[in-house]
Amino acid sequence: MLSIFHHIGKYFLLLGRVFKSPDNFKLIRKQIIHEMMSLGIGSLGLIAIISMFMGAVVTLQTASNLNNPLLPAYLIGYATRESFILEMAPTVMSLILAGKIGSNIASEIGTMRITEQIDALEIMGINSASYLIFPKIVAALVFIPIIVIYSMFLGAFGGFIVSMYSSGMTIESYVTGLRYDFRAFSIVYAMIKTVFFAFVITSIPSYHGYYTRGGALEIGKSSTKSVVYTSIVILIINYILTQLLLL
Amino acid sequence: MIDVKNINKSFNGKRILHDVSIGFKQGEINLVIGASGSGKSVLTKCIVGLHEVDSGSVEYDGRDFTQMNFKERKSIRKEIGMLFQGSALFDSLTVEENVKFPLEMYTKNSKEENLDRVNFCLKRVDLLNVNHLYPAELSGGMQKRVGIARAIALNPKYLFCDEPNSGLDPRTGIVIDNLIQEITKEYNITTIAVTHDMNSVMETGENISFIHQGKKWWDGNKEDILKTDNEELNEFVYSSKIMQKFRNI
Ligand SMILES: Nc1ncnc2c1ncn2[C@@H]1O[C@H](COP(=O)(O)OP(=O)(O)O)[C@@H](O)[C@H]1O
Ligand SMILES: [Mg+2]
Repeated sequence: MLSIFHHIGKYFLLLGRVFKSPDNFKLIRKQIIHEMMSLGIGSLGLIAIISMFMGAVVTLQTASNLNNPLLPAYLIGYATRESFILEMAPTVMSLILAGKIGSNIASEIGTMRITEQIDALEIMGINSASYLIFPKIVAALVFIPIIVIYSMFLGAFGGFIVSMYSSGMTIESYVTGLRYDFRAFSIVYAMIKTVFFAFVITSIPSYHGYYTRGGALEIGKSSTKSVVYTSIVILIINYILTQLLLL
Repeated sequence: MIDVKNINKSFNGKRILHDVSIGFKQGEINLVIGASGSGKSVLTKCIVGLHEVDSGSVEYDGRDFTQMNFKERKSIRKEIGMLFQGSALFDSLTVEENVKFPLEMYTKNSKEENLDRVNFCLKRVDLLNVNHLYPAELSGGMQKRVGIARAIALNPKYLFCDEPNSGLDPRTGIVIDNLIQEITKEYNITTIAVTHDMNSVMETGENISFIHQGKKWWDGNKEDILKTDNEELNEFVYSSKIMQKFRNI
């Protein structure tokens, strides 16, 4: 139990160093663009496949549960949209990104630690925490919300394709459902969650990578640990924010 | 000239360095030798401030480094080059970008000036036509050379080398040792090299300090080291068969 508080304290101290004014804006800007490319663009394909298939499956499942003639058919499209906006796109995609981006960050920074690349930065008088972690956080704060919106559209599109080919569903009713009772606040809620998740997805793995000690084996361990902790923290934040924002 | 005075360092209650005092001279290769785990790397990292000392002081030409804050240290850091045990090149950057890195960080030079300096440094360590390769594409000896080029990019007054020839074959090791020696003389640098390799000691040792279990046990030059009657140092020097043979003739 004590060690949890120890880690939380150390994590916030590290964040303190990350947000100290950076040494060289030009280099930091270059890093941010680089991170957006590698973290963001690199995830688009995976997120597209997952979102479309999940959109399709959610639509099919709702359809199979709603075969009561008294319920209007547009509820299927409505349910797909709501589940994607509220939960699938922000939370589930963030969990997936925690696995993909998180393990990547932890092993990259962990490798830099054990091969003394971080020492090499420090010796040049560079605030290594800020130089390595700040661009990743900024890139994620910009990029992950975009990915989440992209996932919302692709989820709806997955459902659309299913509605074309399934009996008992029509494109018209699906599209009506997508547009039924739309509330902009749902998007705001999703984006608020996403911003928190984006911060967690980059900062927790950075912490684990930054304090890696030992060798290649430990890099693997920090990478696994970072995915586990990131996922848990995402779920906890998801619960707290939902309680605060929706009720 | 760097003066280390009575430094102590512990990790989690375990004392690693005991009251170490050493004077490192300008224009010479100052060797720090000792068995693996004796505390050589910790000592170097304390001197350059990667570890904070528990007590004692480190003076760079009279400027007390241990009392400075991050900003003040930066002015000294600009004057320090360091070659790491595993080279520690940034593996996402090419050779050229690695050497250019400190220049972009600290100078307001134009792109062309930086590139000229990079090429000059790479040529100085005999590396040609590797500008656009990544560290993973180089041999160990070449990585060390890039490490040296990066370390001298800003014309350092102080050069630190942690096991400069570890992981290299003896011949390449000696080439690297000689390169460091030449550069030290050429630019009148205060060089501190850590090693456990007797080849280096015989090749470049001018001002040698022997560290044993975290204490400074002995100092002298490469002539003295062969004739010493210090028991632990003898054990270290004559640990290999070839050195034992050498002693018997
Ligand atoms: N960051 C650290 N935390 C705790 N112990 C350390 C740390 N760095 C080094 N040590 C310990 O200090 C001792 C000396 O290590 P080191 O200076 O690396 O030896 P060497 O002389 O081979 O370079 C070793 O016992 C090592 O385990
Ligand atoms: Mg060492």
